[in-house]
Amino acid sequence: MLVARPGNLMIFVGLLLLALMWIYPFVWLLSASLKTQPEIFGSGLGLIPDEPIWENYVRAWTVVGFDRYFLNTVLITGGTVLLIVVRSALAGYVLGRHRFIGKKLLIGIFVVTFFLPEGYTIIPVVQLTDQLGLLNTYVGVILGLGAGGHVSATLLYAGYFSGLPKELEECARLDGAGPFRIFFRIMLPLSGPITATVVILTFLFAWNTYLLPLVFTLSEPGMRTLAVGMTAFVGEYSTDWSGLAAAAMIALVPVMAVFIALQRKFVDSIAGAVKQ
Amino acid sequence: MTTSVDRVAGPAPARRPPGVLRRLRKDWWIYLFLLPTVLGYGAYTVYPLVASWWFALLDWPGFADQGTFVGIENFERLVADDLFWNSFRNSLVFLVCAVPLRVGLALVLALLLNRRNTPFKGFLRTLYFLPVVTTGAIIGVAFTLLLDAGGPISLALVESGLLDSPVNFVADTGTSLFSGAAVWVWKWLGITMIYWLAALQTIPQEVHEAAMIDGAGPGREFVHITLPLLIPFLVIITLIDTVGALNVFDLLYTLTAGGPAFSSEVIEIFIFRTAFGATVPQLGYASAAAVLFGLITMGIAVAQALGVRWARRATGAMR
Repeated sequence: MLVARPGNLMIFVGLLLLALMWIYPFVWLLSASLKTQPEIFGSGLGLIPDEPIWENYVRAWTVVGFDRYFLNTVLITGGTVLLIVVRSALAGYVLGRHRFIGKKLLIGIFVVTFFLPEGYTIIPVVQLTDQLGLLNTYVGVILGLGAGGHVSATLLYAGYFSGLPKELEECARLDGAGPFRIFFRIMLPLSGPITATVVILTFLFAWNTYLLPLVFTLSEPGMRTLAVGMTAFVGEYSTDWSGLAAAAMIALVPVMAVFIALQRKFVDSIAGAVKQ
Repeated sequence: MTTSVDRVAGPAPARRPPGVLRRLRKDWWIYLFLLPTVLGYGAYTVYPLVASWWFALLDWPGFADQGTFVGIENFERLVADDLFWNSFRNSLVFLVCAVPLRVGLALVLALLLNRRNTPFKGFLRTLYFLPVVTTGAIIGVAFTLLLDAGGPISLALVESGLLDSPVNFVADTGTSLFSGAAVWVWKWLGITMIYWLAALQTIPQEVHEAAMIDGAGPGREFVHITLPLLIPFLVIITLIDTVGALNVFDLLYTLTAGGPAFSSEVIEIFIFRTAFGATVPQLGYASAAAVLFGLITMGIAVAQALGVRWARRATGAMR
């Protein structure tokens, strides 16, 4: 069946051309980040630079202060992922495997607020963070990103835990294990696959998020993340295309590298999340 | 000995439903497990939901100040504010242009990638998916270069004769919103394609074989078999993408900042500009806009959830 019939070949060539178009913006960025300023405008559509100018990257890294932004992004992303994983695993376990008073109410609240847009909550979230004295702190940003929302992570855990066999807990309980021992010694170690899914989804969210870190760091440039720092940089250096392209590459390459290294898991996570 | 006694005496007290207090006391650890989520969700999701309504009734010129209660004045101003309706219209245009394009194009790609005789599926899927993982705000900035009059897209269109003279797509009132929609579709198409591929995988192979034996061509098979089975997924995927289309702040703000002349200002940018962008913040007024925005989003979500239920029942009846 895999014999190249003309129809199949045409479809494949079409798909390939479209895929190349799809990644063209990244290729162009990479190319522009290695060209000199006049070369970007002068060489038309040519993608290969005469001679790669690595100095563009040095300029982006030092002038923009990307070293600091990079560290901020790593810390904020790490804290947010940890917060969401811990609270979702705990809540998902009891929601998926136990009955208790108030369960229906809790699920009802989750359903109603599932699609709440970020733009709706941002003003009260800033006000709350301000009152807690956490504005311009890592903890403030991490709580703002991870403490609320993310119902899907909780539901993913609940679905996964509810699918594990009942005998696991019954045996442990006969052996005298309490709920904490059962959760931390038996359930959590078994939750590897779903934890990987939740980590990937929340990593993408936290690394790429923009509105909340932007608003939280309006008065404190030292707290900016890569996304916020990049856009602040644009205002001052809008004509420095090669510097901008290099800065964009610095911000994009880590997340693309993680994706390419773990792509099977990425795609399965997203497909699995929607099936639920 | 003790076990046999328990077995005799056991059922009698157990049959009585345990009291609420006793259950609460027995299950205390469950509430401990829920505590982080209840506290966090309460403070950062439920509280903002409720507080927005209160803030919407205030004249509130900054976080440092106290707001003064003005009743529904903010809503009255909002209804009369041309810029609010402009942003509302832009959000709607964005939705109506971008969502069907994203959902439809992704379905076509998924169908082609799902064919057994398409080679290098995994590789192609990776390329289409790549923009999904990238940072929206960075993509917005990158496309200000790509879509500039001196950028490669304008250049290619001029060289191929499709354009007479170079155009800066993001700085033109006629094209800025549509450029945003196009970049949005480009960025998010891959994830919708994965949704569709997951949906297509739920269709059993036997259905396809049965259609072949009955002599149905690929076209007829798609219209009469695949498409009806996909309708519940169509509703869900459209819902997810619609909500996504209302959360475009990062991409659009960095691409056009709502401009030029508010031609691409969607509701989210309107809220941001009113609350944080102006020299005198109007937090109450922005909250009123956010409340309306939230109601619209939830209205769409509820309508589509009802649609899912309807579609499930309809396809259930067919079987």
